Amino acid sequence: MATLHTRSVARFMMAPAVLVLLAWMIIPLAMTVYFSFLRYNLLMPGTEQWVGFENYSYFLTDPAFNTALINTLLLVGGVLLITVVGGIFLALLLDQPFFGQGIVRLLVIAPFLVMPTVSALVWKNMLMHPVYGLFAWIAKSFGAQPLDWLAVVPLFSVILIVAWQWLPFATLILLTALQSLDEEQKDAAGMDGAGPVSLFVHIVLPHLARAITVVVLIETIFLLSVFAEILVTTNGGPGYESTNLAYLVYVLALLQFDVGGASAGGIIAVILANIVAFFLIRLIGKNLEA
Amino acid sequence: MARRVSARQKLLFTVIGWAIGLFLFFPILWTLLTSFKTEGVAIASPPVFLFFDWTLENYWEVQARSDYLRHFLNSVTISFGSTLVGLLLAIPAAWAMAFAPSPRTKDVLMWMLSTKMLPAVGVLVPIYLLFRDWNLLDTRIGLVMALTLINLPIIVWMLYTYFKEIPGDILEAARMDGASLGKEIFYVLAPMAVPGIASTILLNIILAWNEAFWTLNLTAADAAPLTAFIASYSSPEGLFWAKLSAASTLAIAPILILGWFSQRQLVRGLTFGAVK
Repeated sequence: MATLHTRSVARFMMAPAVLVLLAWMIIPLAMTVYFSFLRYNLLMPGTEQWVGFENYSYFLTDPAFNTALINTLLLVGGVLLITVVGGIFLALLLDQPFFGQGIVRLLVIAPFLVMPTVSALVWKNMLMHPVYGLFAWIAKSFGAQPLDWLAVVPLFSVILIVAWQWLPFATLILLTALQSLDEEQKDAAGMDGAGPVSLFVHIVLPHLARAITVVVLIETIFLLSVFAEILVTTNGGPGYESTNLAYLVYVLALLQFDVGGASAGGIIAVILANIVAFFLIRLIGKNLEA
Repeated sequence: MARRVSARQKLLFTVIGWAIGLFLFFPILWTLLTSFKTEGVAIASPPVFLFFDWTLENYWEVQARSDYLRHFLNSVTISFGSTLVGLLLAIPAAWAMAFAPSPRTKDVLMWMLSTKMLPAVGVLVPIYLLFRDWNLLDTRIGLVMALTLINLPIIVWMLYTYFKEIPGDILEAARMDGASLGKEIFYVLAPMAVPGIASTILLNIILAWNEAFWTLNLTAADAAPLTAFIASYSSPEGLFWAKLSAASTLAIAPILILGWFSQRQLVRGLTFGAVK
């Protein structure tokens, strides 16, 4: 329907957004790739030299990389597990009619709207503090020894904090999907004698499959680069126990000024994210055609 | 479609629902309560929940000691500024994609989405160095630029999914009646597009307000928004929980309220229209 004239107008209107994004993506990424082949430390200016894949082999064989990679996977996997399972449960609950449902929904959504640095600090100090924290008090009132969460189980603590932030996201999306489920279909199944469990397994869960996939993929994109929560709570420690890839690259770049090594790490993070993105893009692309 | 639910069932769900809701909300509630305590009461064991002398002292302290207002204004400038610039870039683009699609439109949209999936650490080093060389480190302008570009794909996508729902026939009709492009946009499209644009603005302000990678890495003192300001409280010495709580409450309250009003748009924007 569009005429040749409107087409060229359209291209003109798209140009600014496309061009700035292209510049924002291509230029820094190309620089990162270039830096990743250099020996380049900000503390030793003028000593840059081409070293080929040395940064990559150094980064990939560094024990810290292994730890960080495993931590990244544990962090993503742990948070996904908690938020998807918890999200399904919460969505089913919020889908039931009860008194004050609207208010409860607002309470459940709230953690998602809290900035990461605030939630990390609140959890670190007021909840997980080994002496004055609320968890310590609860442990003591049950006669148990309070746990120094961030020192003893740092990664698990970070997982808890991040899961608390992302649970509302999963809940909200699954609830939206749940509400589009055809009531008549459920009623019909109920009349045919399907119990709540088989109703859930055969009708509700398949209906949610797509929304669950969306939750998993989008959360993965964000969770691969969790940063502020680690910076504020544990600084990646003790040792590298709670360092993920994003944090490791940050340490190399802005604390050790190793531009070459950090760039190589950044490129590896990009490759990992691309694997996830590939599936997400296909999923959303399919939706665009429908 | 009324569902058959017995009164007892409803009561049961009410109890479970509220228990879980309050449980998840508790850290925020606890922060709010602590912000009204004195430092001594804040770390009291056993903890004091409601019966203490409520004080506003901490709020004044936070302002007086660390110039809270400046960081707050930085957050406002950065989130509103990046949203405004983003809209200026995105509205024409989304309009063109929705109403004059070419065979390549879908590819462009997908490509924009893919930029969002580039992990920030992948470009941290060059952006940091470029910002340093251009004197943009720790400036509000620099952060507005960075956050505009980070959220631009989401803005374009959200607007696109909203514009897409406006019937093209109406535009055709206006065109037949001789409306110019300007009139078409201003009189026909704009009134229908306002709700979508409003939701986009809300979501984008929320995202920019809470963004905590670039705001932490590209600022030091002058341009530090609330995310970075709060992070400065993480230093281990001293227990200033009441003040921390007051600062936190102030930092999250505006966005919490905005977010509560726009929960439905949140879903749409964050899933790029894949779940409606």
